[in-house]
Amino acid sequence: MGLNINILEEQKKAQEHIKEQGLRVLVCAGTGCVANGSLKVIEKFRELGANVSTLTDYDKMTIVPTGCHGFCEQGVLVILPDKHVTYVKVKEADVEEIFESHIKNGVPVERLLYKDPKTGEHVHKNDDINFYAKQTRTALKNCGKINAESVEEAIAVRGYEALAKVIEENNPDGVIDTIVKSGLRGRGGGGFPTGMKWKFTAANRGGKSYVVCNGDEGDPGAFMDRSVMEGDPHKLLEGMAIAGFAVGADEAYIYVRAEYPLAIKRLRKAIADAEDKNLLGKNIMGSDFSFTIHIKEGAGAFVCGEETALIASIEGERGMPRPKPPFPANKGLFGRPTLINNVETLANVPLIILNGAEWFAQMGCETSKGTKTFALTGEVNNTGLIEVPMGTTLREIIFDIGGGIRGGKKFKAVQIGGPSGGCLTEEHLDIPMDYDSLIKAGAMVGSGGLVVMAEDTCMVEVARFFMNFTKNESCGKCVPCREGTKNMLKILEKIVAGKGELSDLDLLEELANTVKDGSLCGLGKTAPNPVLSTLKYFRDEYIAHIVDKKCPAGVCTAMKKVVINPDLCKGCTKCARTCPVGAIEGTVKNPHHIDQSKCIKCEACLKNCPFKAIALE
Amino acid sequence: MSVGTSIDTRKLDEIMESYDYNKSNLIAILQKVQEVYRYLPEDAMIYIGTKMEGLSPATVFGVATFYAQFSLEPKGKYEIRVCDGTACHVRGSMPVLNAIRNKLNLKEGQVTSDNGLFSLEIVSCLGACGLAPVCVVNNKVYPQMTSDAISTILDTLIKEEA
Repeated sequence: MGLNINILEEQKKAQEHIKEQGLRVLVCAGTGCVANGSLKVIEKFRELGANVSTLTDYDKMTIVPTGCHGFCEQGVLVILPDKHVTYVKVKEADVEEIFESHIKNGVPVERLLYKDPKTGEHVHKNDDINFYAKQTRTALKNCGKINAESVEEAIAVRGYEALAKVIEENNPDGVIDTIVKSGLRGRGGGGFPTGMKWKFTAANRGGKSYVVCNGDEGDPGAFMDRSVMEGDPHKLLEGMAIAGFAVGADEAYIYVRAEYPLAIKRLRKAIADAEDKNLLGKNIMGSDFSFTIHIKEGAGAFVCGEETALIASIEGERGMPRPKPPFPANKGLFGRPTLINNVETLANVPLIILNGAEWFAQMGCETSKGTKTFALTGEVNNTGLIEVPMGTTLREIIFDIGGGIRGGKKFKAVQIGGPSGGCLTEEHLDIPMDYDSLIKAGAMVGSGGLVVMAEDTCMVEVARFFMNFTKNESCGKCVPCREGTKNMLKILEKIVAGKGELSDLDLLEELANTVKDGSLCGLGKTAPNPVLSTLKYFRDEYIAHIVDKKCPAGVCTAMKKVVINPDLCKGCTKCARTCPVGAIEGTVKNPHHIDQSKCIKCEACLKNCPFKAIALE
Repeated sequence: MSVGTSIDTRKLDEIMESYDYNKSNLIAILQKVQEVYRYLPEDAMIYIGTKMEGLSPATVFGVATFYAQFSLEPKGKYEIRVCDGTACHVRGSMPVLNAIRNKLNLKEGQVTSDNGLFSLEIVSCLGACGLAPVCVVNNKVYPQMTSDAISTILDTLIKEEA
């Protein structure tokens, strides 16, 4: 098909334009950095740079608000790519120093450079920061490097080149073959081969069909899709358009969580900008291919991440899953054939088209190709968003990229895949992180949330926490999930409160297996995973709660006792007077004593004791 | 079906019109209505359910109660959202939540403070896990919260309103 836009020429123009910007100062304007005050940093830089015409090596500078760099912990991040320097934890007050010292006079500001937690030394070059050095960024390639709100900058980094290529070559089946050969699998959790999904949908070509992008990133502890939508929205739009071209759809929806207002704003702007340039919309680049993208905001329901529930929600209904088959590829949105892919999956598509299936397939391992983004959070030194080849070990992720456990604590477990996943322990540190190895270990990649837990995290409490989440989010349509999660939570609450019995563990396991086998959708099928995996790897903690009435991690307050150390107590009577329930007995100048049957563990006495004689044990 | 006088039906018509009275836009319509009233008044739901083709008040109520974002009672001028996602939970979101409850004298299960200024909501994940624990007040994200830090923020807001 002939095109009336030469994308390569546009690309060249956009690159020239970037060169004319002089020194580019990248300031992260992702949700994390905005919360840390990046908008003020940007303003200050603009103010300082507005009237200056002589800088070291440059005649001017341009401030570029970018998407997430991933290193949220260290925000606000300011990066001078030409000078290979990353400044961390930059405050508005530091801007002038960076400007005067480094930008004007070429002397880096040592104190604002990233400090390696292992060596304690400042790192001068971007490439030497461990957090980045061990990553392979493909889906996140441009995140943090371009102005997320500029379609020109997206074009400059080869944006829409892949779309132009597929339209020009006009071989939809060839596109599908490329995706099949690349070995790309769904990044939203299930890991279903993407190319197969495209094939199934394409089999229904001819009538109206839809592409739907699942941006309902509901797993607590995951934010990779948010970062792509905020940091490189055009890549997602391009991926969707390519998918549409391949399967024969002319209309699409992106379903975004309402909790992501910035992502929604940037996507809206990106769609409008791309339509202005005729890169989306009617007769794209002068061809016969038209593709319109709409945004649908979610309204807060975890189950809408399940594809059939998501479809119900786009249709304006309660987001309840529908039985499969029929699969969405045959009968999906408004009863039409629908291709549903996750954000990260679609963001990989333009790169596969540009670089070829072989390029993608040589990354990763046997059954899981390419890279995967993970949100690394919890008790780890470097929290943030990372992207590594599939099959990287947990040890590399936590100890190299993540910089080890916070505060020198001991590693205990990592929860992967959110409430649908499981926990992995020390013995799993060296297994490859890919779809199949993780399933074998009783966990799953899920959307890629990795929450690191240290010795002072109680695994029974964690299981309770996730069960509380899934119980609340269960839509109530099928009985096993609705009633099963409720009753599993009841048992877990009982154990955490110190009232558990050993027989509860058998019941818990039985319920878990019933819910797993009997539920309608992925939410219920995976809800018991945290319970099953903690029972498998941390059964001793359950038993300690039940038999010894003790929480080994010291988290569950119901197991704790407030006690007075008779050696430190001076008998000042202050605690007895503070106690709201009259549980403290004793006479003046004699050590006091707490009646445990009356104590409500409010800790009022503990906070008020002038001699620090009261402790929670 | 009678509709109470407290509802400005012209406003509702405007909203429904902007979405072509299309029932697949029901969620977006309810979001707009909630922006206006800071909750979904029962009369507004009945009006929409009666006016739009293919819907009934029961369907509208069903959708409104399904999604966590919708509130059937008025929210405060300041909507506080405490994130209790995994990362925030592990890093101590509960003490922050308790500090807010204490400060605003909110009983267990109470959403809006007695003076109508503040409402409190626990959300699962705001996707700002690197800054855990986080709180959001009217869309402004506050990173790395502690019980002291949130108390100071609330004190400032209370003073501004006094």
